[in-house]
Amino acid sequence: MGSFIIRRLFISLLVLLGATFIVFVLTANAGDPRTPLYQSTDPTAKLKIASLTRNLKLNVPVVPRYFLWLGGAVQCLWGHCELGQNVNGSDVGGLLVSAMGATLRLVLFATIIAMFVGIGIGLITALRQYSGLDYTTTFLAFLFFALPVFWIAVLLKLYFAIKFNSWLESPTIPVTVTVLFALLGGLIALAVVSGGALRKLYAFAGGAAAVALICLFFDQTKWFAAPGIGVIGMIVGAALSGVVGVTLFSGFRAKQPMYAAGITAAVGVVTFFLLSGSMTDTTALILLLLLVGTLAISGGIGAAVGGLYRRQAIKVAMLTGLGCAMLIFFDHVFAAYAGYAEKVRGIVIGTIGSNTPNFTGTFWENFLDQFGHLLLPSLALMLISLATYTRYTRGSMLEVMNMDYVRTARSKGLTERTVVLRHAFRNALIPVTTIVALDFGGVIGGAIITETVFGWSGMGKLFNDALKSADNNTVMGFFLITGASIVVFNMIADIAYGFLDPRIRLS
Amino acid sequence: MKTGDEKMNSGGKPEPGLGNNVGLDAEVLAHDVADIHGLSIVARTQGQLVRRRFFRHRAAMTSLTILILLILLTYTSIGFAGIPGWWPYDYQTPGLKVNGGAPTLSVVPTWFGGGGLHLGHHPFGQDDLGRDYFALTMRGAQISIMIAFVVGLVSTMLGTVIGALAGYFRGWVEAALMRFTDMMITIPLLVIAAVVGQLINGGPLILAILLGLLTWTGLARLVRGEFLSLREKEFVESARALGASPRRIIFRHIMPNTVGIITVSATLTIAGAILLETALSYLGFGVHAPDTSLGLLISDNQAAFSTRPWLFWWPGLFIIIVALTVNFIGDGLRDAFDPRQNRGRA
Repeated sequence: MGSFIIRRLFISLLVLLGATFIVFVLTANAGDPRTPLYQSTDPTAKLKIASLTRNLKLNVPVVPRYFLWLGGAVQCLWGHCELGQNVNGSDVGGLLVSAMGATLRLVLFATIIAMFVGIGIGLITALRQYSGLDYTTTFLAFLFFALPVFWIAVLLKLYFAIKFNSWLESPTIPVTVTVLFALLGGLIALAVVSGGALRKLYAFAGGAAAVALICLFFDQTKWFAAPGIGVIGMIVGAALSGVVGVTLFSGFRAKQPMYAAGITAAVGVVTFFLLSGSMTDTTALILLLLLVGTLAISGGIGAAVGGLYRRQAIKVAMLTGLGCAMLIFFDHVFAAYAGYAEKVRGIVIGTIGSNTPNFTGTFWENFLDQFGHLLLPSLALMLISLATYTRYTRGSMLEVMNMDYVRTARSKGLTERTVVLRHAFRNALIPVTTIVALDFGGVIGGAIITETVFGWSGMGKLFNDALKSADNNTVMGFFLITGASIVVFNMIADIAYGFLDPRIRLS
Repeated sequence: MKTGDEKMNSGGKPEPGLGNNVGLDAEVLAHDVADIHGLSIVARTQGQLVRRRFFRHRAAMTSLTILILLILLTYTSIGFAGIPGWWPYDYQTPGLKVNGGAPTLSVVPTWFGGGGLHLGHHPFGQDDLGRDYFALTMRGAQISIMIAFVVGLVSTMLGTVIGALAGYFRGWVEAALMRFTDMMITIPLLVIAAVVGQLINGGPLILAILLGLLTWTGLARLVRGEFLSLREKEFVESARALGASPRRIIFRHIMPNTVGIITVSATLTIAGAILLETALSYLGFGVHAPDTSLGLLISDNQAAFSTRPWLFWWPGLFIIIVALTVNFIGDGLRDAFDPRQNRGRA
C-alpha cells in the first residue's frame, strides 16, 4: 500500500506539472495586463507600464517565464511559496491564503453533505426499485442535472432567503402548509415502506400524522423564533442515534451492543442537563477536546459492556456518543440564536458574502453567522453533485444486488441488514468513490459561479477578477490550489478504493 | 433510468395496469404471444433491436418530440443566417414599451378568471430597451443550441479518435495520450473554458469549437476501455490475419461495436455543453454582445429580477428544457444500446 501511494503521488505531481504548463501558456496569451494603460492619458502610465513589465517579467517569453514561475512555486513544497505578484503589486500567496478559508468551507461542506445525502438516497431507491419514491427521485435527479447553477442560485437568493427571513418575523405555519407537508410526509413514508396495501396505508397515515404533529408543535411553540432541542428532543435524538448505530453496525439480535448504545445515550442525556445553560462562549479547540473526550468515553462504555461483541459495541457506542454530542452542540447553537437574530436584525439567512461584515460575537454566534451565509450557496452547489451521487449509487447498488454472492449470502440465512450493508453496500461504494473524486473539479467550477452570485470574496471571485484583468500570477495561484486539491482528492479516492476492495490492496 | 420498458423486461414484480400491454399495439402483442409459444421467430438486426427499444422508451420519445419542436420554433420564428422567420419582431430593434414591458402571453382561460388564451404583441415581454423578449430568447436559444451541438460533435470526434488510438496501439501512444488526458482532467472544466473564452474573444462558432476541444476527456477514457477489450477479440485477430491495416481495423471493425457508448456520451456532452456555455456567458467569458445567448440574457437581466422577473424566467426555462430533454434522450439511448436490457425477457 505504501509504495502504491508513493508511486501514485509521483505520477500525480507530474500530471499537475503538465497541467500548470497548459494553464500558464493559455492565460499568458489570454490578455496583457498593460492593455488599459496603453490608452491611458495618465502621465504616469509609461512608468506604470515599465514597473508592471519588470514586476511580472512580461518581457520574458512565455516558456522561460513559466519556468521562472515554477521555480517560485516549487518552494511551496518546503512551505515557502513564491507565487509572484498580482497586477496591483500585492503578493499572490497572501491573497490566496485570505481567500481560501471561505471557499474551502463552501466546497467541503457541499461535497460532504451531497455525498452523505446522495449515497443515502441512492441506497434507498435501489432497495425500493420502481417505487413511487424511485421514480420521483429519478425525475428530480434529471431535473437537477439540467439546472444551471447560476440560475438556481439567484432563485434561492431572491425567493428563498428573503421570503424566509421575512417569514421569521412571525413564524406561524398556516394550516394549508401543514396539510401539504403532512401529505408529503405521508407519501414519502408510503414510498419507503414495502408490503401490502394495508401496511402502506398505515405507513401513509403514520407519516402524515407525524409530520402534521411536528408542524403543529413548531407553530404553537413559535419554535423558529426561539429554537431549542429541549428534554424530549434530546431523549428522542439520543435514542434515535443509538438505533441508527445498532442498525448500522450490529443488528438487533446481539444484546451487548444495544446495552452499550443505551448506556451511552443515558450518559448523553445526563451531560445535556449538566451542560445546558453553561458554556456561553467557547473555542474550536475546547470543542475538539470535548469531541475526543466523548469518543473516548463512549468507546470505553462499548468496550466495557461489549463482551463477545466488543468490536461492534465500541462502534455503536461511539456513533451514539457522536449523535448526543451533536445534539448538545446544536442545543448551544440554538440557545445563542435569539441574541444573534437581534444582532443582525433578522437577516438570519445571509445572501451576500461569507459572513456579516464587522460581526463580532461569541463562538456560537459566529458559527450561526457563518452557517447562515453558507447554507444557500452550498445548497445551490450540492444539488448537481447530489443528483450524480444518487444516480451512481443507485445504479451500482442495483448491479451488486443482482450478483451471485448476494444470493449466496441470503441463502445462508443472513439477515437482510447484513446482506445489504456488509455484503452489497460496501462493494457498491467502489465505483462511487471514483465519481466523487472526479466530480470535485466540477464542484470547484460551481463554486466560482455560486461565489459570484452570492458575492463571496473567495477564490472564485479572485479567479474571476484576475482572468478579466489578465492577472496571470493570480490565475496560476488559483489553479495551483484547485489542481492540487483535485489531485489530493483523487489520491484519497484511490486509498479508499484499496480500503474497500482488498484485491487492489494486494497488487 | 429505468422506465416502463425496463419494467416489463427485467422480470420484476408484475404490476397490474402497467404490464406488458403498455405502448404496444395489437400486432406487436400478437408477435410476443407467438414468441412465447415458440411459433414464430422474427429475425432482427442489431440496429432494428436498438431502434425498437428506443422507440418504446416513452420518456425519451416524448423528450425527442419536445426537443425537435423547440428547435423548429427557435430557428423558424426569427429566422437564421439571413433567412427571415415568421415572427414580426427582431431581436435588435428597440421598440416602444407596452405595459411596462410585461409579458402579454396569457394561458389562463376567461372562464377560469384569466385573460383568455392569447399571445399578444410581446408574449415574453420586453427588455429595458423595449426589444421584444421572445425574439431575444429565440436568438439566445439558437446560439446556445448551436454551441451545444457543435461542442458535442467536436468533442465526440476528438474523444473517439484519442480513445481509439490509445486503446488500439497501447505502448507509448497510450501512455502519452492518457497522461495528456489526465492533465486535462486535473484542470476544472469551467476554469480552462473561461481561460479559453477570454483568450479568443471571438464569435460563438469559434467558442463552440474550442469548448469542443476541451470536453473530450471522459469519452476518450470510455472508448479506450472498450478498445482494450475489443482488440483482443477473435474477429480483430482474423482481420489482422487477413492483412487489414490498423486504420481499417479501428474504423471498420472495432468502432461499430462502440457506437452505443459513443452515442450516449455524445448526447450527455450536448446536455453538459449547454450548461457550460450558459455558465460561461453568465460569468462574462462566453458569448459577448451584440450577440446573445441564454446565459448572457440571464446575466444581463438578473438585476431586474425583483421588478421584472420574466426577463429571468424565460431564458432559464429554455436552458432547463433543452438540457432535460437531451438528458432523457441520452438515457433512452443508453437503455436501447444496452444488450442486457433483454435479459429478463423469457
